[in-house]
Amino acid sequence: MYTDDIVVPRMLYGAVLGSDYAHARILSYDTTAAEALPGVKVVLTGAKLDGKLYGKCIEDEPILATGKVRYVGEPVAAVAAVDRATAKQALQLIEIQYEELPAVFDAEEALAADAPPIHEDRMRYGGRVPPLDNPNLASSTGFQEGDVEAAWAQCDVIVEDTYETPAQQHMYLEPCSTLAVYDRAADQLTLWTATQGVFIVQYAIAKWLGLPMSKVRVIAPYIGGAFGGKGGLTNQPIAAALAVAAAAPVKLTYSREDDMTMMKSRHPSRIYMRTGAKQDGTLVAREARIYLNTGAYADEGPFVNAIAAGFSRGPYRIPNFKTEAWCVYTNRLKAGGMRGFGVPQANYASELQLDAIANKLGLDPIELRMKNALVTGDKFLGGQNVDHGTVIGCLEAVRQASNWETRRAKRAVQPGKRRGIGVASAAHVCAMNGAGATIKLNEDGTLTVNTGAVDVGQGSDTALSQLAAGVLGVSLDQIKYAAPDTDFSPYNHQTGGSRTTYTVGVAVERASEHARDQIFEHAGEMLECSVDDLELRPGGLVGVKGVPAKQLPFTAIAKRALFNVGGPIMGTANWVYEAEKFDPKRTLTAGFAPNAVGVFYFAALVVEVDVDEATGKVEIVEAWSAHDVGRAINPGAVAGQIQGGLVQGFGLALIEELLWDEGRLVNPSMMDYKVPGAMDVPYEIHAIILEDPEKTGPFGARGVGEIPVNLAAPAICNAIEDAIGAKLTTIPATGERVLRAML
Amino acid sequence: MIESVTIDLRINGEVHSLEVETKRTLLEVLRQDLLLTGTKRGCNQGVCGACSILVDGNSIRSCLSLAVAMQGRDIVTIEGLSNGALLDRVQRAFLDAGAIQCGFCMPGMIISAKGLLNRNPRPSREEIRNALGNNICRCSGYVKVIDAVHRAATT
Repeated sequence: MYTDDIVVPRMLYGAVLGSDYAHARILSYDTTAAEALPGVKVVLTGAKLDGKLYGKCIEDEPILATGKVRYVGEPVAAVAAVDRATAKQALQLIEIQYEELPAVFDAEEALAADAPPIHEDRMRYGGRVPPLDNPNLASSTGFQEGDVEAAWAQCDVIVEDTYETPAQQHMYLEPCSTLAVYDRAADQLTLWTATQGVFIVQYAIAKWLGLPMSKVRVIAPYIGGAFGGKGGLTNQPIAAALAVAAAAPVKLTYSREDDMTMMKSRHPSRIYMRTGAKQDGTLVAREARIYLNTGAYADEGPFVNAIAAGFSRGPYRIPNFKTEAWCVYTNRLKAGGMRGFGVPQANYASELQLDAIANKLGLDPIELRMKNALVTGDKFLGGQNVDHGTVIGCLEAVRQASNWETRRAKRAVQPGKRRGIGVASAAHVCAMNGAGATIKLNEDGTLTVNTGAVDVGQGSDTALSQLAAGVLGVSLDQIKYAAPDTDFSPYNHQTGGSRTTYTVGVAVERASEHARDQIFEHAGEMLECSVDDLELRPGGLVGVKGVPAKQLPFTAIAKRALFNVGGPIMGTANWVYEAEKFDPKRTLTAGFAPNAVGVFYFAALVVEVDVDEATGKVEIVEAWSAHDVGRAINPGAVAGQIQGGLVQGFGLALIEELLWDEGRLVNPSMMDYKVPGAMDVPYEIHAIILEDPEKTGPFGARGVGEIPVNLAAPAICNAIEDAIGAKLTTIPATGERVLRAML
Repeated sequence: MIESVTIDLRINGEVHSLEVETKRTLLEVLRQDLLLTGTKRGCNQGVCGACSILVDGNSIRSCLSLAVAMQGRDIVTIEGLSNGALLDRVQRAFLDAGAIQCGFCMPGMIISAKGLLNRNPRPSREEIRNALGNNICRCSGYVKVIDAVHRAATT
């Protein structure tokens, strides 16, 4: 059951009116005709709400535009009516007078002294990211190690270029949806919603609507994909405000067009990067300037910006390094977290520079990467320890699996096509923030795991259940996974940051051990032996070591605990990942909003492409990708994450791009914004799983979900360069761009 | 202009007599009137394939089909594929192949696979890839989906 599938009595349907202007002052509203339409129950505008602002990093965003609009499509009014058609009809009857303001769409232009200010009140906004000297600058992050200015003189070769990446849309198949039910008598608001994190929604809705958190209950049914797009808030505040105003249940499900014009995208970026190396390929220095266009609201932009800066050195040792990244407001759709979280942009520039150096020096691209790759004992940018030196292992695995040398030397060439092969490696990070788990022994001997962690399709419900089953020696069908529900689940930060299996997994492992200890205490008393003499036996049994006949099923223990002594058996645990802080003696750091990161993980990709000489169209022939996941709890799901993530990255590399005419999005539909279908990608996408156990992870597991996207665009563009001899420094590498590059 | 008519829709072997507005799509009638919510709305433009259903054994887009045009046709939705608790072999194969991630595209994907197997019981992987080319999945990368259909065809 997904959110839009749920129907409740007296349910109204919501609809939202988007702004027609990219930047305009709102002069007046006239909602009388809409309110008079039969079937319309509530019409809301920013003027009717109290103007509270919310944002995860910067408190800059109203529920509905207040005072002015900042992008085309920004929600300005919302209606609740007896059916969808009436609600949509009512939107057409709302009259809003605007005074248009000058708008700015480019990140660098928005930083100019004469650019129109998008958030005049930026200096007064709350939130965790302090204001800077320019109202259009949401945040900035810088890192510096060594002496980059002096280091250029030591370089035998220097490469320099400018890279641009597009606004990729998440395009989860399920558009955003919320069912908000308000019980006026109890002053209780309950939301069923497609979200990556029920507790973030609970906190934000309570804050935005001025309700105590305990009066807001958030439940996540099945989620039809998310990829970062359902992190933080989606349309929950509008649905909640409508439900409270109507004192009735309101379902607000976006159409695809609404979703694409009102939600968010990956940050478009422009990156200026320069890298220098010795004749033997040793990397010496790098300097990068990164501009992320965060659109009208900051959303997670300051975090994305920080991660982009923090990963702009790639998984390499470059002793002299300087990067500065700016997260900039413009009059575009807001950008937020999307799978990869800033790293796909930075890594694209970084990995193209690696190939540029390899080409200049006549070195093998894989050799060059291996020579400079971080290994165990090295420090990541910022000074955190790299505990696993598996970049080289991943590169070696893809080199062997792809038969790299042979393919590079000898190409099967079709008439009219040019074939090329390319490589990329990448780092990413998992962990972050707190997680909890409870595991309850039920009367029938089964166990219910509850973590509050949302499975958005990556398979965490199964993986977390497997972890509990593994600790308790039961089969998977003896484990139930409870739907995330703020009334019953322990606190969990949202799904994202490749963190669920790793971070929540640790909590599940420990809660399962806690439940096992309680089971043993009962069993010891029942079997009249010390708990040290007990062992778990497969299928939910506790037995006395060395005495096969002496054993008890979990059901007997549950019945004793529930009906006789002790009370319910409930294993509980929480775990907060304590990230290493940056080392100030090693690295100059400024404005890194998340303060610290987590556990690093690495991967590599080799991809072979054919470029059509007549059309420039790039076809992916075959791909090999190796990932050190620590331990694959569910190898099938891990392969699915790798293949699915790569295909999202292939879309970013070749076809996906939101396009604007000034402020207006011109392709807000699946007809005009294409994502890869089965015919656009090869069947031969080989997921290679390496397992170097993570000592802090559950059963040795690390994250995997995001890194495939970091790899795809640079590997493909390196393969295109191998095929046609020209660099694609702007993605997506559409037929038109590739053809221009060939000319 | 006639605004609504009464039609008999044969869905999953059961005949429903319904008064429907002529402008309404079969997808709307399935989801809203009959609460057959297994059929999903992803784009409402015939692009994503999440709303695929079988009509006389062929996979079509219910978001592009007017309900009134379906009188007398044999409609099967994802709810009609399983026989009570027993899953259809295509559904079983998708589970066994680990092809299901978020699940939202899956009803349409499975229906399209069913349509393919109805006309070509032993498709090659290339034929499967081609037949599912208009069913978008944002999670899987299609490898396991193709494996699942191949498994359904060969077991």
